[in-house]
Amino acid sequence: MPTDTLTQPPTAVAPTTQGLHERALRNLGRTGRWRPAEFVFWALAAATFFFLPDQHLLLGEIAILGLFALSLDLILGYAGIVSLGHGVFFGVGAYVAGLISIHMTGEPITGLLLGGVAAAILGLATAPLLLLRASDLTRLMVTLGIAMLFYEAANKAAWLTGGADGLQGIWIDPIFGRFDFDLMGTTSYAYALVVTFLLFLVARRIVTSPFGLSLAAIRDNPMRANTIGIPVGKRLVAIYTISALYAGIAGALLAQTTMFVSLDVLAFHRSADVLLVLVLGGVGYLYGGLIGAIVFKLLQDTLSTLTPQYWMFWLGLILVVIVLIGRERITGAPATLWNRVRGMGK
Amino acid sequence: MSVALETINLEKRFGGLVATNKVSFRLAQGGRHALIGPNGAGKTTFINLLTGVLPSNGGQVLLNGEDVTRLSQQQRARRGLGRTFQINQLFAAMTPVESIGLAVSERMGGGADFWRGLGTRTDIIDEVLELLERFRLTDVMDHPTARLPYGKQRLLEIAVALAGNPRVLLLDEPAAGVPEAERQELLDTLAALPKDVSILLIEHDMDLVFTFADRITVLVNGTHFAEGTPAEVMADPRVREVYLGEEEHA
Repeated sequence: MPTDTLTQPPTAVAPTTQGLHERALRNLGRTGRWRPAEFVFWALAAATFFFLPDQHLLLGEIAILGLFALSLDLILGYAGIVSLGHGVFFGVGAYVAGLISIHMTGEPITGLLLGGVAAAILGLATAPLLLLRASDLTRLMVTLGIAMLFYEAANKAAWLTGGADGLQGIWIDPIFGRFDFDLMGTTSYAYALVVTFLLFLVARRIVTSPFGLSLAAIRDNPMRANTIGIPVGKRLVAIYTISALYAGIAGALLAQTTMFVSLDVLAFHRSADVLLVLVLGGVGYLYGGLIGAIVFKLLQDTLSTLTPQYWMFWLGLILVVIVLIGRERITGAPATLWNRVRGMGK
Repeated sequence: MSVALETINLEKRFGGLVATNKVSFRLAQGGRHALIGPNGAGKTTFINLLTGVLPSNGGQVLLNGEDVTRLSQQQRARRGLGRTFQINQLFAAMTPVESIGLAVSERMGGGADFWRGLGTRTDIIDEVLELLERFRLTDVMDHPTARLPYGKQRLLEIAVALAGNPRVLLLDEPAAGVPEAERQELLDTLAALPKDVSILLIEHDMDLVFTFADRITVLVNGTHFAEGTPAEVMADPRVREVYLGEEEHA
């Protein structure tokens, strides 16, 4: 009855409030909701395991590089902290995982976690250095400097690291005592993919949490973040430590799946490559590192077959083009073209 | 009179320039106090000293009787000192719901929660909705901040500050740059701010100052120049000369 609804305002008001509640909650949860493309991405990743059995070595490298780049995205994309020395955490994770297998146990999960924890401790210890003077230039130099220190330290400490010869004698036991690491890289790929996926899930949760939102606020406007009572320094140290943990686990994965660690894991090109990978894929949406790793490794694989000596040239060119033109315009090009074609028809 | 915010001989020098010259000032509990002065009088410096953006060279800042002179911005914020900015300082990529939700959750100590998404925080939603309603942002709650009309952004600027549940709120030229069409909405919301929040308003807009404030302090060359009710200040010939006169001649 129309007259009844008119005489009962509460029933008319209640659904509106309810609607506003839902609208507000929906918006607050918007970043946390899974999109269809994300399911497709991970379904395809799982499919590669079954349908590309002869590519497992390459795919394993992609998964590890992707995880490493994801770790950089946590600080660069979500907190706006630039780094030219993220490789130090990767390298420390790799060395610690290698040393654990030689001196303690070949059990993979133990080495993986301890490698990550060692890198996290280093991250926690060095993070305050990045906060003293929060300019991009100082951060680039401090991270670069720390990475150089560790490279030289690992070089000198040959009694521990094997110096330029690398760590000899790493042996990793089967995962859960059942899955042997094989020469085709099948177990390695499954291991790296599962670890990357699980850590991705955790990272996704972190960046969409109130903590993650506060990081975005700090990145957007540190001054305002401060005045609404966000402890900016503490939050940045926290995400830097988490990021170091992730990078360390990526390094540990490399050490365990290749059963070898050399000074190369601490070399400058690790830090430069991972930045390049992340920029290729795009910062600040977690998939950038993973997609960048796929693109980077495939380009490296294809270009180095075509022009073994000059592949870096082409890679450099592609990077310059992407950065200058902007990813949105490249990925949006088909839609723009389509609109233009439709426009001409009118 | 119980005092919400007080400065005693507060001083700030930049090299040879004395920007704040031994200013002693009191904001009453629940007061509506305006701080005015010609350009270059040191109003912004004074605000920055109150909030802890700048360290002072001497004197004290007391917040509800507690000496906060040596505390950081963020520590003062946690003790109930909120502020807005002359130029909007918002989180451009976020929506009003997110910005306010973040401020509310930080205040409630849930800001370090890295597991439970804000979308599940039914406990904060009523407060967020109430603030959106109070600042007329309900319609645009899920729009990106960067695309809101300027007047709405000004309202959000205040809403985010109020979400921190401040005891003292410093409003730095809230009406600056707001187009005429959106101005009334802003004035209405300012007039309707909670009575228990003590407010210090810095403003050039004399209409707003005289309708909003119950007390006015005039700052000239970094010095506490005059103070009184709006009527007293308006009647003070010295004030008319250095400050209000300026406008009449213009």
